[in-house]
Amino acid sequence: MTDKELALKSIEYRKKILKYIVGANAGHTGGSLSCVDVLNVLYNNVMNVGPENFTSPDRDRYIQSKGHCVEALFVVLADQGFFPESDLETLCKYKSHYIGHPTRKIKGVEQNTGALGHGLPIAVGNAIAAKMDKKDYRVFTLLGDGELPEGSNWEAALTAAHYKLDNLVAILDKNELQITGPTKDVCNTDPVDHKFESFGWAVRHVDGHDFKALTETFAQIPFEPGKPSFIIAHTVKGKGISYMENNGKWHHGVPNKEQYEQAIEELDGAVELV
Amino acid sequence: MGAVVESAVGTKPNQDVFSETLQQLAAMDKNIVAVTSDSRGSGKLVPFGQKFPEQIVEIGIAEQNLVGVAAGLAAAGKKAFAVSPACFLTARALEQIKNDVCYSDNRVTLVGISAGVSYGALGTTHHSLHDFAVLRAINNITIVAPADNFETEQAVKLAAESNKPVYLRFGKKPMPLLSPDEPGDFQFGKGRVVKEGADIAIIASGETVYPALQAAKKLEAEGIAATVVSMHTIKPLDVQLISQLAAQTKAILTVEEHMVNGGLGEACASYLIQHGYRKPFKIMGIPDEYTVTGSQVEILGHYGISESGIAAEAAKLLASA
Repeated sequence: MTDKELALKSIEYRKKILKYIVGANAGHTGGSLSCVDVLNVLYNNVMNVGPENFTSPDRDRYIQSKGHCVEALFVVLADQGFFPESDLETLCKYKSHYIGHPTRKIKGVEQNTGALGHGLPIAVGNAIAAKMDKKDYRVFTLLGDGELPEGSNWEAALTAAHYKLDNLVAILDKNELQITGPTKDVCNTDPVDHKFESFGWAVRHVDGHDFKALTETFAQIPFEPGKPSFIIAHTVKGKGISYMENNGKWHHGVPNKEQYEQAIEELDGAVELV
Repeated sequence: MGAVVESAVGTKPNQDVFSETLQQLAAMDKNIVAVTSDSRGSGKLVPFGQKFPEQIVEIGIAEQNLVGVAAGLAAAGKKAFAVSPACFLTARALEQIKNDVCYSDNRVTLVGISAGVSYGALGTTHHSLHDFAVLRAINNITIVAPADNFETEQAVKLAAESNKPVYLRFGKKPMPLLSPDEPGDFQFGKGRVVKEGADIAIIASGETVYPALQAAKKLEAEGIAATVVSMHTIKPLDVQLISQLAAQTKAILTVEEHMVNGGLGEACASYLIQHGYRKPFKIMGIPDEYTVTGSQVEILGHYGISESGIAAEAAKLLASA
């Protein structure tokens, strides 16, 4: 997709994220809005995966470690045709399979996640299997900056470098905020680039809302042969909605009717600027 | 059920048999993968690693990652055997077992080595006396503690073909063969009767089955007929066999190398009490305390888990019936 098409797509995704969060009266709004542009580029421009090849052993894999931001994943998967978008009207409702975290009951979801610090080790296992089978699929995982202190991430980071997994890509959704407040105040993981570099990863920074930069960055994977790739996507929590941006209360806040209408109005207005 | 013959051979540690069986399977199936946490020595996986260097993944001492990586390997079609000391595997990586393996339906076999009090004097940090309890509380996992080399070989083969997660628990010491059963006799979820007797049922698992069998022989000389069961599968429990034993004997004694809380005995008790059982019942295991110092045999002996201790407890229980 062109940058313009991606930009329009993200506006559509943001509207749907809000719509279904409001419908469910639950969800992780801020983080879904910060990571959705990355998912947009991954699914539309980067990964070789879709409903038609989802059972193929050769497909690219995406594992969402920051499972709480499932709303972003669900709207992107629906758009890709993995399931009818109308299914999302049941989000978080009684007996729905569309729970508040990724589950393999939903077509398109690779792994059940939700508890933090789980995505990277599983992605490492997938990537090792690809090397064993001499297959050239790639494994992508999206981490939140708030989940980085989980020790399992650092264990997996060591293993990924040890096994020279240049078919593995970890993307950090660095929106700088977690539930308690600024990530640097809760448990500062900076300089995260130096940390991953010292662990043996090839690291790049990118504006996580710049479609051109994201597409170009993903096109350069692996950044170095024999090294796993770490992409620090600098993002804004609540991106696209003026009153939500960089405001921690929208970590899992649900807009009321007026707030929702304003958000949709802002997003409709953004179409003109694309 | 086979006739009971205590074989003079077949007295390897179950961990050795695990490794040998895994090598047999790996030679035929390149999707068999051993995942280790610096545990290939104690897990007896050195020869496996030498023969199948492409089918072993070394994680280092990082149990959460061990299980997560195994889940990722399984998701990509591998039959992953994640090997680590039982104490660390089932405590430190419990959330990975719960979410990445069981909840996600990733067909990983978790292999807990040096289980129970195998590490003896290394103490509480290294004793795995909680693993049945914590894993019983998790959905979608088969929990197996083989008693002898035969059960171990069969269990490893079944685990490799299982369509759901399996936990295999092995101790360190050589295990005498209990009975010359045919391979078809062994199934997960079906207890193995290694001796029959009408007075009392002794239901044991893992390394406690052999002393339970010896105790039954001692009791026989005293005129007490005991049935001894290797309840190798803790979950799903063979409730059909338990019901049968409850009806046919006067008392039930359970024996396990696990804390009395949450293990085999409580699983049996829970079933029995809810199905109207009102006869004498006793759980033998490690009490809710820090264990004494000693070797595995000394520690178990201290808590009565020995030929004489089990025989005495069985006689006492039967006398109260």
